[in-house]
Amino acid sequence: MADFSAIAGSLTKGFPLEKHKAKSENRDFSIFTKGGGRKSFSEVFMKWVFTVCGLSAVAAVGAITLYMIISGAPAAFKIGLKDMLFNTVWAPSAAEPSYGIAYIILTSVLGTAAAVILGVPIGLLTAVFLSEVAGKKTAAAVKPAVELLAGIPSIVYGLLGLLIINPLMYKLELLIFANSSTHRFTGGANMLAAIIVLAIMILPTVINVSETSIRAVPNDLRAASLALGATKVQTIFKVTIPAAKTGIITAIVLGVGRAVGEAMAIILVSGNSVNAPLPFNSVRFLTTGIVSEMSYSSGLHRQALFTIGLVLFAFIMIINIVINKIIKGGGEGGK
Amino acid sequence: MENNSIMNGKKRIKDTILLCLIYISALFAVGLLAGIVIYVFVRGIGAITPSFLTTVQSPSRGTFGILGNIVNTLYIIVVTLIIATPIGIGAAVYLTEYAKPGKIVSLIEFTTQTLSGIPSIIYGLFGMVFFGTVMHLGFSILCGCLTLAVMVLPIIISTTQSSLKTVPLSYRTGALGIGATKWYMIRTVILPSAMPGIVTSVILSIGRIVGESAALLFTAGSAYILPKSLFGHIFNAGGSLTIQMYLSMSKADYTNAFGIALVLICIVLLINFLTKVITQKGTQNR
Repeated sequence: MADFSAIAGSLTKGFPLEKHKAKSENRDFSIFTKGGGRKSFSEVFMKWVFTVCGLSAVAAVGAITLYMIISGAPAAFKIGLKDMLFNTVWAPSAAEPSYGIAYIILTSVLGTAAAVILGVPIGLLTAVFLSEVAGKKTAAAVKPAVELLAGIPSIVYGLLGLLIINPLMYKLELLIFANSSTHRFTGGANMLAAIIVLAIMILPTVINVSETSIRAVPNDLRAASLALGATKVQTIFKVTIPAAKTGIITAIVLGVGRAVGEAMAIILVSGNSVNAPLPFNSVRFLTTGIVSEMSYSSGLHRQALFTIGLVLFAFIMIINIVINKIIKGGGEGGK
Repeated sequence: MENNSIMNGKKRIKDTILLCLIYISALFAVGLLAGIVIYVFVRGIGAITPSFLTTVQSPSRGTFGILGNIVNTLYIIVVTLIIATPIGIGAAVYLTEYAKPGKIVSLIEFTTQTLSGIPSIIYGLFGMVFFGTVMHLGFSILCGCLTLAVMVLPIIISTTQSSLKTVPLSYRTGALGIGATKWYMIRTVILPSAMPGIVTSVILSIGRIVGESAALLFTAGSAYILPKSLFGHIFNAGGSLTIQMYLSMSKADYTNAFGIALVLICIVLLINFLTKVITQKGTQNR
C-alpha cells in the first residue's frame, strides 16, 4: 500500500495553504504505486526500517522513564518517601545518615522561579525589540547574537559566574552582613549568584520562542489597533503581546525546564552545601546535588541520589506535558 | 510637524519608558554576548600556546595540554553522529513519508519533544545506568556516545522533518508518476532535496555535543590519554574538552579553564557560521 493521501495529509499539516488543495483533490493516489500487488523485498524491508527508526524516540523515552524509576524508587521505599521529601537534613555520610531533600527541592523550585522572574521580562522585551521595534538590519545583527548565547556551553557560563558574579556577590555580602554575627560567609557562592546565571541562561530560549510567536501575530491586528489611535507601544503591549500569549507562555515553560535542569553552570557558583534557600546562603540544587556526590557515593547514598534524579525527572515530565497541552490548545484555538 | 493629538502629553511618558526598557533589554542581550566573548578571549588567549594545543597533560612534568581532550571530543562527535544520524533521518522519513496522521504520530512527536526537554544530567544518569551498568560499557567513550546519541536524536528528527516537509509535493507526484517505487523516490528525490536540512541538523548536533558536559561526566569519564588504537579507543574512558574544563575549574586552575573556554567558543562561532552559510545556500536553491 502506498499511502499517498497520507503523505499529502501529513505534508499539509505544515502548510495550511495547501490544505484546500488536498481536500479538493481528494482522490486515491495509491494507485500509482500499487503495482498489482507485486512488492519488492527492499520496499517492504525499508518500510520496516523506517518504522523502527520512527519508534526510536518512543523507545528512548520509555527506557529513560523505566530506568529512572527502577534506580530511583528503591531508596524512596527504604528511607520512606515522606522522610525524604519533608525532612530538611541531608547528611548521608553521618553516623546516623539522614536523607532529607526538602531544602534541595525548595532551592530548585525557588531558584528556578526567581530566575524566570528575572529573565523573562528581559527576554520578552528583547523579543519585542527584534520583532516590532528594530529595523531589518538591526534585527539581523541582534538575532545572531542571541543564537550565539544559546550555543555557548553551560560550563563556560559556570566559569564566568564563578569569576565575575561570585566576587560581586561577596562584596555585596560583606556590605549587608558587616555587623551580623550569625551569618555564615560564603565567599559569594550563594543562591543569588546561581539565580543570575540561570536567568542569563534562559534568555536565548525565551527570546527565540517568544519572538517567533510575536512575529506570527497577523498584521491586521496591529493595523486595526494603530487605526484606532493607539500608539505603537500601546499596540505592542495591549494587542500584540496578548495575541501571542500562547507562544510566550510556551517560552516561559521552556525556560523553566532549562533552568530546572541546568547543572554544570551553577554547580560551582551556588556554593553547594545544603541550606535553606535564602539569597545569601550557600545552597544545593537537585542537579548539583547529583553531580557533586555521584562520583564517591555508594549503597543507599547512591540510590538516594537517583531518587533526587527521579524527582527532577518528575518535574521535567510535568513541564513537558504542560507544554504539549499548551501547544495543542493553541493549535485548536487558532482554528 | 506639530502633534495635535488629544493623547499628546498623557501617554507619551509611559510609552517612552517602555520603549527605553525595550532598548535596554536588547542592548543587555547583545552586550552580554559581547562581554562574554571579549572576556573569555582576553583571559584565555594567554593560555593558548602551541604546547597547550598539541600535548597531553602530564602531572609528573607539570605541563598542561589538551590534545587528548581534543581527540576524545572528536571521537565523541564522530561516533555519536554515526549512531544518531541514520536513526534520526529514518525517524523523520517515517514521520513525513510513511506514517498516517494519528495516535502513533502524535505519540512520536510528543516523545521527540520530551527528549529535547530532558536535561543533560538526566541523560547522564540514564546513560550511566543503562549503557554503563546494564550493557556493561562502564566509563567509556562508547557509553558517552550512546548517551549523547539519544540526546541529539530530537535535534536530528525535528530539523530533518521540517526540511522534508519543504520538499514540494510535485517532486513526489513526479517521481511516483514516472513509476518510481516509494523507497526509490525517497532515496533519489526526497533525501537529496532535503540535504541542506540534514546537514544543518548534523551541525546543530555537533554544537550540542561539543558543549555537553553533565551527560558525559558519568558516562565517558575524564581520562586524557591519547588513543593507542583507532577503534579500541572507544572502549576507553575519555574526557571531552568540557569535562577537562570542569576539572580545571574545580582545581581553581582558571588560566587553563579559560584557554579551553576560548577553544570552545571558537568552535561554537564556527558552527553558527557554518549553519548560516548552509541555510542561506539552501534557501537560494529553492
